[in-house]
Amino acid sequence: MEQLLTDSLNTAPITGMIVLTLVVVMINALKKKPLSAEYWVSLVGIIANIALAVWVFPERGTAFAGSVMTGGFASVTAILFLTAAGLTLMLSRTYIEKVGANFGEFFHLILLATLGMMTFSSGVDLLVTFVGLELMSVPLFVLAGITRRNVKANEAALKYFLLGAFATGFFLYGIALIYGTTGSTKILEIVQNISAYKSEPLFLTGAGLMLVGFAFKIGAVPFHMWVPDVYEGSPTMVSAFMSTGAKAAAFSGLLLLFTATFDFTNSSMNTVLAVLSVASMIIGNVVALSQSNFKRMLAYSSIAHAGYMLIGITAGGGMSIAGVLFYLAAYILTNIGAFGIISIVENSDQTGTNIDDLRGLYERHPALSVILAVFMFSLIGLPPFAGFFGKYYIFVAAIESGYTWLTIVGVITSMISVYYYLRVVVVMFFQSSEQPVTVRFGAEGAFALAVATAGVLLIGIFPSMVLDWVNGLF
Amino acid sequence: MIPHVLNVVLFLPLIGAAAVMLARRNDNAARWTGLLFSLLTFILSLELFFAYDAANPAMQFVEKVSWIPALNVSYHVGLDGISLLLVMLTSFLTPIVLISSWRSISQKIALYVAMMLILETAMIGVFSALDTFLFYVFWELILIPMYFIIGIWGGKDRIYATVKFFIYTMVGSLLMLIAIIWLGYYATTLPGGVFTTDITQLFDIAPTIPMGIQGWMFAAFALSFLIKVPAFPLHTWLPDAHVQAPTGGSVILAGVLLKMGTYGLIRFNLQLFPHASLEFASFLSVLGVVGIIYGALVSMVQKDVKKLVAYSSVSHMGFILLGLFGVTVQGLQGGLIQMVNHGLSTGALFLIVGMIYDRRHTRMIEEFGGLARQIPIFSTFFMIVTLSSVGLPGLNGFVGEFLILLGSFQSDVLGSPWYVVFAASGVVFAAVYMLWMFQRVVFGVSRNPENEKIVDLNSREIGLLLPVVLFIVWIGVYPSTFLEKTEPSVQRVVEKLEKVQRGEYLTSSVSEQ
Repeated sequence: MEQLLTDSLNTAPITGMIVLTLVVVMINALKKKPLSAEYWVSLVGIIANIALAVWVFPERGTAFAGSVMTGGFASVTAILFLTAAGLTLMLSRTYIEKVGANFGEFFHLILLATLGMMTFSSGVDLLVTFVGLELMSVPLFVLAGITRRNVKANEAALKYFLLGAFATGFFLYGIALIYGTTGSTKILEIVQNISAYKSEPLFLTGAGLMLVGFAFKIGAVPFHMWVPDVYEGSPTMVSAFMSTGAKAAAFSGLLLLFTATFDFTNSSMNTVLAVLSVASMIIGNVVALSQSNFKRMLAYSSIAHAGYMLIGITAGGGMSIAGVLFYLAAYILTNIGAFGIISIVENSDQTGTNIDDLRGLYERHPALSVILAVFMFSLIGLPPFAGFFGKYYIFVAAIESGYTWLTIVGVITSMISVYYYLRVVVVMFFQSSEQPVTVRFGAEGAFALAVATAGVLLIGIFPSMVLDWVNGLF
Repeated sequence: MIPHVLNVVLFLPLIGAAAVMLARRNDNAARWTGLLFSLLTFILSLELFFAYDAANPAMQFVEKVSWIPALNVSYHVGLDGISLLLVMLTSFLTPIVLISSWRSISQKIALYVAMMLILETAMIGVFSALDTFLFYVFWELILIPMYFIIGIWGGKDRIYATVKFFIYTMVGSLLMLIAIIWLGYYATTLPGGVFTTDITQLFDIAPTIPMGIQGWMFAAFALSFLIKVPAFPLHTWLPDAHVQAPTGGSVILAGVLLKMGTYGLIRFNLQLFPHASLEFASFLSVLGVVGIIYGALVSMVQKDVKKLVAYSSVSHMGFILLGLFGVTVQGLQGGLIQMVNHGLSTGALFLIVGMIYDRRHTRMIEEFGGLARQIPIFSTFFMIVTLSSVGLPGLNGFVGEFLILLGSFQSDVLGSPWYVVFAASGVVFAAVYMLWMFQRVVFGVSRNPENEKIVDLNSREIGLLLPVVLFIVWIGVYPSTFLEKTEPSVQRVVEKLEKVQRGEYLTSSVSEQ
């Protein structure tokens, strides 16, 4: 009993999240008009959970008989997911009313998915990892189609569900093969003999199959087919959450398994990772060039960014772990902000998300345009914004591990990306439009955008604010 | 002595930009706030010039604060003779640009002024950064304000021009980024080395890079800088950007931004990679000479005055390139002073073109004629600046071009008089295209009745041209005021390269044998 109590305390962010989710479900069940109450409870709960994650940060170790990680990496990733969830919630408040998705379920599905992400990235037992994966995915399937009467959203949900189910299958099969080789699902037990296992074809096949599952979740080429359709069709704030939270969770899983524990650096697995990385950077950036829909463009851009982060996974080592986590922090702030602005300008029938619809935005809403320009510059990787430092750090890690050629591919594809990110800025600042865009957002949305912008600038100029947390986690 | 004067000069414009945005509701308040901040910056930067100890070739006014300990990056700035004049040029031109835009920019004024001030901070930052990471941050920071200045207040094809400008610059700078990281990594491979981006440390570390890789490093930096210069054949963004940019943008672009390229070549290519510099010196000098002649020939056939001035920049910057890679004290000194000269002369030419465009809304040479009688004050200024650009003795252009030609002639690295022969033909061409243009615009008979209505310069316009002309004459008559500040630092650069040439300074692969 005492052990249970310490374990629950050490995994406080997860425990807290379970309690929070249950409370919000109860509010939904008991109150007649639950939306406002659910929103505020969720928001306060998320902030409290961030505080809990900070509090247990020094408690590094495992809990529940070596199946869940505590402190350190688990805390840092939890803070990432909670930030994504918090910003998504604030920006969704007005948005879900606009598109008619103002069901109480919206909030607790987001909370459930967040809980899943946290479980996924702190599980050091492959079964826990799997439960986390499902807990994260299923709510997202539902959220993708939460605007029931929208055809595109239905298509997105179905596509995401079917392909996601396949990927989960691969993942589970991989776990089975690893269990078959090692006789254990506990990562820390497997790691003790890892050098022997690494030459076992069965183990490598298992790891490879798990990689397919990961690659699907991060949207790496060639497992990226679902990304553009789902991001475009889903309600914008759901896309925002998927592209940041879910992607961050999958990358945390990759970091934990492939970089920190199994450590596939200098093995044939690295070639596979490098190929995934290069393919994602090239396909993502090149195809993004021809997109006219902003959400679709961001979808391809997110494929490209998965490629940049995969450079870090390929390079391996402590510096890469810190680099990828920094990149994720920057990416979460930037992308939720960018999707948030789309959600503000889009019409109630979820149209009006083309890049050209932003024409002349600066004339009418200068603040929104400046903020979106900041996000675009950050995605390009221009200093002093956070996106630049993320790339810089990953490139340093890659060059120090001898992957200079990968960084060269990285910068060449970045040059390509300049064009399509700039187009957004061109349309907003240098062109004008007869028909004004209708803009609708609440105080919470404005606050969330301010937080994201300030974050992008602050961690871009003072990266040590994040680096002090993410360096030396393992 | 003002404490931390370099920090103040560096960040005052940025604070000014914030202040301007606070005053954005009132156009005049925004203009005056911007002007005050830029003037204050200039006055404070005079302190840099007078307090600079010319006898000391090392970095002065150094500020160093740890910034990102995880990567050993620090905020490290300082000036030596090479950067001092360029910082002065920047702080001198910014208020002039703001005054010149007083009336011609009528929309989104606060944003314009703020962008100019951000640009000023970034430019001073580029010249004073002593850490490659910091340098890269400022280098890229230039892009954003310049992108908006051309894109919002530019001419008809401004979007094409500004996107082209942005992408060209990014292409160069991203490869430079890889080289910057690789340099830091190289430091870790040395005994007891740690990752570093500190330029003063890299001065000692980088020259030991084995020759094969040093060549690549040199190329990565040089590509970025040659695009910025712009050297033939990487110059195609320049005419578009110059012609489409508003007057103020063109002045800053020609006056300061192009110098970032030549400055980078001295600071990084010559100082970090001396072996590769000697290896590639002839190649880059040939590029310089080709640029001189090509720029001059293309200028000759231009119908648009602004485009003519833009192409003449290609020619003038070719001179500077030649001066740098002759690797002699005279050549480098000439290159440095020519950077300032070009900033003043071409800056003034763009101002003058802007003034006539404000009046006539055209820049076509064939539209003018007979302006000397109509607007004598304008024509006088135009003449002085044209002659300075041509290189008339007694004005600044002569000093720079003479030193460059002298330096290249004596150069052991180039070892051939042909560079000078061809380059000198550029001087002749310059006289042709500039004077021919001047003659068609200012003398003869008016070819358009509209010209009769033109009014002469007002006191604001005279006021902003006068200081430029003052320096044009000053440098022409008594260049020592400026050259003596730069000489010890230039000498140090050249000495190091001469040592390398004599084989006293080896790359690691050689010294291991």
